[in-house]
Amino acid sequence: MEAAVEERQPELDLAPVARIYGEPLAALPQDLYIPPDALEIMLDAFEGPLDLLLYLIRKANVDILDIPMAPLTRQYLDYVETMRASNLELAAEYLVMAAMLIEIKSRMLLPRPKAAEGEEVDDPRAELVRRLMEYEQMKIAGQRLNELDQADRDFFWVETLVEKSMAQRLPEVSVDDLKAAWTVILRQAKLKKHHRIEREELSVREHMGIILRALQQHGGFVQFETLFDPAMGPPGLVVHFLAMLELAREKLVEITQTEAFQPIYVRLSDHGTDDSQADS
Amino acid sequence: MEPTTVKRILEAALLAAQQPMTAHDLRRMFDEELSSEMLRKLLDELREEWQERPVELVQLASGWRFRTRAEYLPYLERLNPEKPPRYSRAVLETLAIIAYRQPVTRGDIEDIRGVAVNPNVIKTLEERGWIDVVGHRDTPGRPALFATTKQFLDDLGLRSVTELPPLEEINPTLELNHAA
Repeated sequence: MEAAVEERQPELDLAPVARIYGEPLAALPQDLYIPPDALEIMLDAFEGPLDLLLYLIRKANVDILDIPMAPLTRQYLDYVETMRASNLELAAEYLVMAAMLIEIKSRMLLPRPKAAEGEEVDDPRAELVRRLMEYEQMKIAGQRLNELDQADRDFFWVETLVEKSMAQRLPEVSVDDLKAAWTVILRQAKLKKHHRIEREELSVREHMGIILRALQQHGGFVQFETLFDPAMGPPGLVVHFLAMLELAREKLVEITQTEAFQPIYVRLSDHGTDDSQADS
Repeated sequence: MEPTTVKRILEAALLAAQQPMTAHDLRRMFDEELSSEMLRKLLDELREEWQERPVELVQLASGWRFRTRAEYLPYLERLNPEKPPRYSRAVLETLAIIAYRQPVTRGDIEDIRGVAVNPNVIKTLEERGWIDVVGHRDTPGRPALFATTKQFLDDLGLRSVTELPPLEEINPTLELNHAA
């Protein structure tokens, strides 16, 4: 049976269903009749109503240009009925085709209008024939395409591994590249730098020296306020003041004021000048 | 540069390429001008030289490429037993309609096949990279127009759509056996 089916419609992939309940399907009669069981089995084998019609026509070996509509329609309807009776899912296209076949058949029964001289009479089957032929052409074209050698199915592309490490290429560096890299590093360094609060290195001793030196430059006697430079900032001024007190405590300077709210004067002590120099 | 050297460079490039190489690609490798005729001649020589080998140089829609000869596939397949699935008749017929009648809409395909187009069929062909949407027909709904791609031609070893197998002349009383 397998052979028989293949002979009839080789492109049908029917090999696994070639037997019905173990009975070979070879009993298919020669006329247009096909046993219902066979139809059931072939359901999936057809790509649609055109495919089925084409099969019926080609199997009967009738001229596609002169289709015997009555037997074809009966055969087709048998098929559709069997499908319906078997509760098989029936694509709507099959019903549309059935309606079309019946319409063609009924139109052929009607007397045809007489054609004018030299004109051809419209054949109600013409459109169906055109569609059948176009479909068959594409069906065969699909088979031909499938016969062409196909990438990954019938051949593989050659892909040679290129071992790039064999010739190691070292990157080239220009001066501009270096400059750009350095700029990036600097920028990143700035971004990543922590804000640090540092202890200002202020030494009372150092300021004591500064005061003594200033006193010497001005003849050892100046007004208190002139020794303070606001530019030193508050911490500097505080340290400066502490240094002043320290100098006074060590009796290296003398701080005098004639009376309240009068200018304060600072004067080098006569005896401590040399020691203070060594200290600073 | 000696023509032989040029030829060897072309050979190396084609062997190393992961996809077909166009004449333009191949010419780019040389400082000196390589004429189309010269390139063609060298490539033909290369093809000649590989004649006896299991690999052949072929010209495709998108350029030149080396591929294994089909006769070695049964052996190569044993290395990788996972066989690529065969396409169903629905896929093949749809592909044929797109290839021979392109550009076509889904409606055109349905008219010819007489059945609704299963979206999976289109998806299968699109995923394979064989068809794509090249535009839209200026009719209500602006349906997408499908056409075959260069990859389709490449994968079937064709240089252009004109090299597709010629369409069968349908014999009105053609016997079914003919399709075999």
